[in-house]
Amino acid sequence: MNYFLTEEQQFIREIAAKIAREKILPVRAELDEAQEFPWEIVKILAESNLFGVYIGEAYGGTGGGVFDLCIAVEELSRVCGGISLCLAATALGTFPLLLFGSEEQKKKFLPDIAAGKRLVAFALTESGAGSDAGAIQTTARKDGDNYVLNGTKQWITNGGEAEIYTVVAMTDKSRGSRGASTFIVEKGTPGFEFGKKENKLGIRASATRELVFQDCRIPAGNLLGREGQGFIVAMKTFDASRPGVAAQAVGIAQGALDEAAAYARQREQFGKPIISFQGVQFMLADMATQIEAARALVYAVARAIDAGEKKVAKESAMAKVFASDTAMRVTVDAVQILGGYGYMKEYPVEKMMRDAKITQIYEGTNQIQRMVIASQMIKELAGKKE
Amino acid sequence: MNIIVCIKQVPDTTSVKLDPETRTLIREGVPSIINPFDMYAIEEGLRLKEKHGGAVTAITMGPPQADSALREAISLGVDEAVHLCDAAFKGSDTLATSYILAAGIRKLGAFDLILCGKQASDGDTAQVGPGIAMQLDLPQVVFVRKILELKDGRLTVERMMEEGYDVVELPLPALLTVTKEINEPRLPSLKGKMRAKKAALRTMSAAEIGADPARIGLEGSPTWVEKVFTPPHRGTGTVWKGEAEELVARLVAEIEKFKLG
Repeated sequence: MNYFLTEEQQFIREIAAKIAREKILPVRAELDEAQEFPWEIVKILAESNLFGVYIGEAYGGTGGGVFDLCIAVEELSRVCGGISLCLAATALGTFPLLLFGSEEQKKKFLPDIAAGKRLVAFALTESGAGSDAGAIQTTARKDGDNYVLNGTKQWITNGGEAEIYTVVAMTDKSRGSRGASTFIVEKGTPGFEFGKKENKLGIRASATRELVFQDCRIPAGNLLGREGQGFIVAMKTFDASRPGVAAQAVGIAQGALDEAAAYARQREQFGKPIISFQGVQFMLADMATQIEAARALVYAVARAIDAGEKKVAKESAMAKVFASDTAMRVTVDAVQILGGYGYMKEYPVEKMMRDAKITQIYEGTNQIQRMVIASQMIKELAGKKE
Repeated sequence: MNIIVCIKQVPDTTSVKLDPETRTLIREGVPSIINPFDMYAIEEGLRLKEKHGGAVTAITMGPPQADSALREAISLGVDEAVHLCDAAFKGSDTLATSYILAAGIRKLGAFDLILCGKQASDGDTAQVGPGIAMQLDLPQVVFVRKILELKDGRLTVERMMEEGYDVVELPLPALLTVTKEINEPRLPSLKGKMRAKKAALRTMSAAEIGADPARIGLEGSPTWVEKVFTPPHRGTGTVWKGEAEELVARLVAEIEKFKLG
């Protein structure tokens, strides 16, 4: 379907597709098996300017927005939903800076991020605080011109590989969720170490790691926004980043459909290609329909965000839920269409199925997304005059 | 260092068809790309510039749509692009093409090095690069797989041979044709593509390069294509399975049918 992309967006799609086809496809199975971070691909994405598609030209980006990012992430995820995360997770970690950073902070950090010289990670989750983000235990104590961080973050995407971390920590525990603040912490800061590296079901070419802060002293100027604004930073960040996860899901689903449709055309049983059987046709038709619906929703939300719409929490959550549930369904069906071959590692669909699962879990589980959607609905209903 | 890279727009090789009437390639509706070997020449030019400074100019002779090949070259990082475009160039063979490109290059002023791909993927002649060197009276090395050194106006390069390679030293200005072993071409960047979209291409006609009408186009082309054809598909082979003794007997019987003896 023609979504009437701008010329620049078409270029982003072409470049990302070329990188995916020529550079990612040959290495995706190997990196997945070895759980190896795709540094070679990071370099290529950097040279192609894809790390800067959502960052302003004043900071070395190409001046696009969330939609440009979605196009790049979708196209890369079509071939590998794990490798594409080096870009998507960097964007997640960069949104707090874009949305709440001071001019000085932006000037200091954004040019290297846009150039792909430094990767970023967003650190909110802890062992006891996932969906219940208010339960985080990591603290940041003001001490003169510094903050001192203590605590452990868990399951941080790009952990260990990224140079810049946006970390949510409690500055005033007595105020509950209003006592959280967001900080920029650079790799190499004394007292900041990396812990356990996770062994995962999918997205295995992306790094997921523990961050350990022990009396980690950072300049007070690394506070993003104001003290106590931590949760607003996190929520606004997610509103902007969820279309990116949704685009990753759309990409994974499209990749699985591409494989399933191609296989169904050439696989013969009972003397005919299996695509001639209505049972297979209906599966493919449903997969294609769901993907197109997901894509249309993701693009619409991304465009609304870029056009300056502020109230996007509900729609952003809808895009994430719908696209990730679609990716899960479609990849399971793709494995089914490939049958025994689909279950084997020689074919890419089993990996796509494994990669799809995380999109229903991270950046807010799909249950949390539904809570966001419902609470917005309730607010809207309450605000309506009879 | 001023580097000129000669490029050719070719049909995407997997989808070429021939027109038996005109005895030329059917280009309509076939996606066009930069000749893959020229991509290595562009990359080598960009790498030399990055190392030694200077500028890279891409030049092509071709119909108006060859513009897109030049824009792609710009998106990769080439500084200037020159399009030799004139209806009078139509039908030029490798001799006329070398003459036209050499005339265009002369108009560009001083240069240090001309780089070409070792051959084009459509014609496969490998003649235009050496032809340009002859026209411009330049030293040349073809099938270069590595540039070893650039020092005091002299280049040292490795030339691919059937077995092994030669190390050749030559003075600049010079012309090299390069093989795919020389580097791994970069992919276009987003900023490059945006720059390429807006870039002004320099177009030159036969008159502007001062080409002699008798040496260009069909008239200037001594090559005569007598016939072109698509070779018929070879049939699939047959596989016999069984015991060696039985199969040998069957094979001998089959060969005897050809009455070789």
